[in-house]
Order: sequence, then C-alpha cells, then structure tokens
Amino acid sequence: MDISRGQDELEISELDPFLAELLRQIPASTSPEGAPAAEQRLFSQPTNSGEAEACAEWKLYVEPELRRLFQTATETVAADLKQLNGNEKPFANRTLRIPTCHADAWLSALNQARLVIATRNNFTEGELSDHYRSPIGSRRDLSLFQVNFYGFLQEFILRALEEREDGIDD
Amino acid sequence: MQEPAIEQDTKANEEIDLPWQVVVHNDPVNLMTYVTMVFQRVFGYPREKAEEHMLEVHQKGRSILWSGVRERAELYVQQLHGYLLLATLEKVN
Repeated sequence: MDISRGQDELEISELDPFLAELLRQIPASTSPEGAPAAEQRLFSQPTNSGEAEACAEWKLYVEPELRRLFQTATETVAADLKQLNGNEKPFANRTLRIPTCHADAWLSALNQARLVIATRNNFTEGELSDHYRSPIGSRRDLSLFQVNFYGFLQEFILRALEEREDGIDD
Repeated sequence: MQEPAIEQDTKANEEIDLPWQVVVHNDPVNLMTYVTMVFQRVFGYPREKAEEHMLEVHQKGRSILWSGVRERAELYVQQLHGYLLLATLEKVN
C-alpha cells in the first residue's frame, strides 16, 4: 500500500483486496446497533454528576444533532468508498482518492468505527498499544488489526492536514 | 431604591453561572494527535498548550480545558462530543 498527499486529495494506492475490504467496512463498523456500550460511548453523558434535567435536555436537543453529524460524515466516506467498487479483477490492487475537503468526515467516521469496534471487543489499553502483536489468528485479532489500520489512516490524514496548514508542499 | 436591588440580583445570577469547567477524560482509543488537533480547533489553543492538555488527559486521566459560564461550557462540551471525545461539564468545587 502506498499513501501520498496531493494538492487537493490524499491518495491511497496499491491497496490489496484485504485492505480494500477493511476500508469498505468503515461505514458498517460505525453502527453501534446491538451494542449498548458502544451506543453509550458514542453518545456519552455531558455530566458525571447525574444532573437528570441536564442529561434529559441533552438527549432531547443535542444527541439528535450529534447523530446527524456522525451520519453525514459516514455518508461522505461511503460515497468516497464507491471508488473501490470498480469492475477490475477481484484480486487486483485498488486506488482510493480522498478529497482534502472530506478529511474531517474521514476522521470522524474512522473514529466512530474505532470506538465502536474497540467497545464491542472490550479491548484493553494494553491491547490497543501493542503494535508488535502476532499475526491475525482470530476474529478478535482481526478487529484489533482493523482498529489499528483505521488509526494509521487517521494519523496520515492528520499529518496531511497539519502539513497543509503549515504550508508544506510535496 | 429598587434599581440597585435589580443590579444585585443580576450579579448574583452571574455568580451562580460562573464556576463551571469543561473536563476531558482519558480514552485509550482516541489518538494523541487527534486529541491535540481537537483542542486546537475547539479552544483555539496553540499546539504546545493543546499538547500539554492532551498529555495531562493521557497521564492523569483528565484535564480541565476551560472554566467559565455554564452556557459556554455546555457549548464546548457539545463540540467535543462532536469530535467523539469524552468530555463533561462540572461545577467547580
């Protein structure tokens, strides 16, 4: 996999079918459906002091807005990912171009997906920071790889945004 | 003599509203670089200050990012939740 930054887009090329499939799974992975803990993580309480009235108002007015915000980001990413659905041979490497103006949507969707997957699997801090983990041998290992891969993409997008703000060109 | 009394009431209300703080809690999933960027964007902090707060969150489990009137603190918490950070509004003890 190669990853580079252009003037108005980020390009991820030489994506093998496995990594392309992990990318395709981003939108579905953002859904906390069937996992109350993940739902609670995405829509956490605004206070720890149990202020019932404030929490009720938050649920009524703020939460729907947050849902719309997250949904919009996921839809943007899903639209970009359609590039991976070409008619090439199934095992051919793919290229994905992310417009720089979609960078925030990608950061949000990747973060949603990472939080949901990590919460569903109850990953510990130790597991999340173990970058020398042995090869994928279970569904749990695959999920951890997915979280780390999405984190790697987030880091790349953040660096690209930072370089753009600092005026550093390729 | 009623006017000064009204002014006193206003001051009292402001005092009630003042002591609130925005607290960000540690979350092992959110990337350090991401958290730093969010602090820069939401609070307008320079990178160094944003990094200091990020490290405080990471090492101590929480950091107070801002203190002031409740309405503004609520707005900050809402923005931080929009970036998926664990943020709460707390009354200063």
